[in-house]
Amino acid sequence: MTSGMMALALAACSSSGGKQSTEAASAPASASGAPTMTVAFITHAAPGDTFWDLVRKGAEAAAAKGNIKLEYQSDPDGANQANLVQTAIDKKVDGIAVTLAKPDAMKANVEKALAGGIPVVALNGGIDQWKSMGVLEYFGQDEKIAGEAAGARLKTDGAKKALCVIQEQGHVGLEARCDGTKSAFPDTEKIYVTGTDMPSVQAAITSKLQQDSSIDRVLTLGAPFALTAAKSIKDASSSAKVVTFDTNKELVTAIKNGQVEWAVDQQPFLQGYLAVDSLWLYKTNGNVIGGGQATLTGPAFIDKTNVTAVEQFAAGGTR
Amino acid sequence: MTAAATEPGRAEATLDDRVATRSLAVRMLRRPEVGSLVGAIVIFALFMIVAVPFRNVANIGTILYGASTIGIMAVPVALLMIGGEFDLSAGVAVTTAGLSASLLAWNFGLNVWVGVILALALSLGVGAFNGWLLFKTGLPSFLVTLGTFFVLQGVNLGVTRLLTGNVATADISDMDGFAGAQAVFGSEIALGPVTLKVTVLYWVVLTVVAAHILLRRQAGNWIFAVGGDSAAARAIGVPVRATKIGLFMAVGFCAWLSGMHLLFQFNTVQSGEGVGKEFIFIIAAVIGGCLLTGGYGSVVGASIGALIFGMTQLGINYAGWNPDWFKAFLGVMLLLATIVNVYVKRKADLR
Repeated sequence: MTSGMMALALAACSSSGGKQSTEAASAPASASGAPTMTVAFITHAAPGDTFWDLVRKGAEAAAAKGNIKLEYQSDPDGANQANLVQTAIDKKVDGIAVTLAKPDAMKANVEKALAGGIPVVALNGGIDQWKSMGVLEYFGQDEKIAGEAAGARLKTDGAKKALCVIQEQGHVGLEARCDGTKSAFPDTEKIYVTGTDMPSVQAAITSKLQQDSSIDRVLTLGAPFALTAAKSIKDASSSAKVVTFDTNKELVTAIKNGQVEWAVDQQPFLQGYLAVDSLWLYKTNGNVIGGGQATLTGPAFIDKTNVTAVEQFAAGGTR
Repeated sequence: MTAAATEPGRAEATLDDRVATRSLAVRMLRRPEVGSLVGAIVIFALFMIVAVPFRNVANIGTILYGASTIGIMAVPVALLMIGGEFDLSAGVAVTTAGLSASLLAWNFGLNVWVGVILALALSLGVGAFNGWLLFKTGLPSFLVTLGTFFVLQGVNLGVTRLLTGNVATADISDMDGFAGAQAVFGSEIALGPVTLKVTVLYWVVLTVVAAHILLRRQAGNWIFAVGGDSAAARAIGVPVRATKIGLFMAVGFCAWLSGMHLLFQFNTVQSGEGVGKEFIFIIAAVIGGCLLTGGYGSVVGASIGALIFGMTQLGINYAGWNPDWFKAFLGVMLLLATIVNVYVKRKADLR
């Protein structure tokens, strides 16, 4: 009886994979004692986007190292994000790191924080606006430059026609990537998909490939969509190759086994880390990174030649 | 196949004289799914003319796949609407099902099938909870399921991050039972030049079974009755509470089925997915002739509504139209389909 139940319980378990096989890579040990400062970290991340996991992990790593109390907040709506800045001012935090994807909505409250003596740094979005707002420093990638780099790479790869897949209609940064790609590689066509609905993403890319058989590169703007695009290519019996912006753990594996050709990496972990660490440096030593210029964290390329170096960090969830 | 609400002889006392005086043709035209059928034919014809790849037989599989992922949920959502209720949590419930199967299997090192079964129990539980809360509180289902919608959305994100440290589930494709589950929930069937995803099969089976229950079984009468007037239904002995809870659980079951497809088609599930899809399911049901007030509608119509949505969404791609206008085209197409639907029904009613 007991042995029978044991056998049943064992049969219900998996002999491979699962959490047990991934117990490793823990966050850096945090310093002890009272926090040196409080930093509000306010992004425009939509809930459940893997990209922002990496940004947040970078911010947390820097916070742990400097013994900083980190308050992470996010809201994709511009007005709501601006409100989060206001609450940070109300709480009298020692520094604010903020993304400026919707700069017009953020302007008033960011300037209010600065006027109130709270240092503000920007990351990821707003490369054209941060300086005029009086923000201290900027860490991120110029989306247009990154797009141009992707376009140039497509050209040297000998691509004929690229499909640029935008997962959020009206997103300024994503549009800039496709526009940048188009300026360096004119035969680029845009397509819009609903990023929160994977089956429809897959069907939409499949149908586009069936409609236009001259497309030989699918350029996605986020790692999860690259993996879906690979399935679409199979469905459409197309010979197109997948290239993408941004990475995650699964994507690094996909580059390794040749499913995805390359990824433009803007190093999201670095954006989060530098934003928090720069506020710490400013407070403790008066340093300003970048000399009044944006500090670019990308674009760098991850492809078969350097993927192994990235892989070990991706497994720990930091690349 | 006349809709049960208007079928003579169902309840002898309510022999409807309006029906009795009409010809067979008019009776056919007054069926709730006819408008959507006409709409579907118009949209099909339009894209056949303007989009060359739309005419390619091999591409039917892609269109049907797009329609099936909507249709699998539109069927139970239509039943629920005929029963007089809404479920705003239906979109994120799909994500919840996929996440829970993956997270349970991954976190406890279980065979994937165990996770799949546990997720089924959870999905049915969420449906039952929606129904139970509806009766317990006496609130409209719009409010109750809006609450569930937010709870599930938050739990999806919170639990996923708590367990994995990320916002997406870990890849479980190397775990025991994955290949088998993938064969059931994410496989493909080749029929000549057309490759059909397994979701198309589930969609058709669900439509047939649900239409049969609605039109030929006592439970179908109960659904129309509780949607038309639940107080009157209760007075003549219809188990109103059981019927409605059952309908919410049917939505839960189909959310589980869709969630399993999501998981085994894409290996990982992102916890923020599914928001906004509940409206697409409701739109498909409404295009298919379901009234927003309950008591009237058709499962076949809802499936045609899903087909209209699928054809429009992909037809725009096939036609190669400027993608800047994508959503606007989609909106116009859907409005036209609904207007044709209403127009045909009104014409028939005037006869």
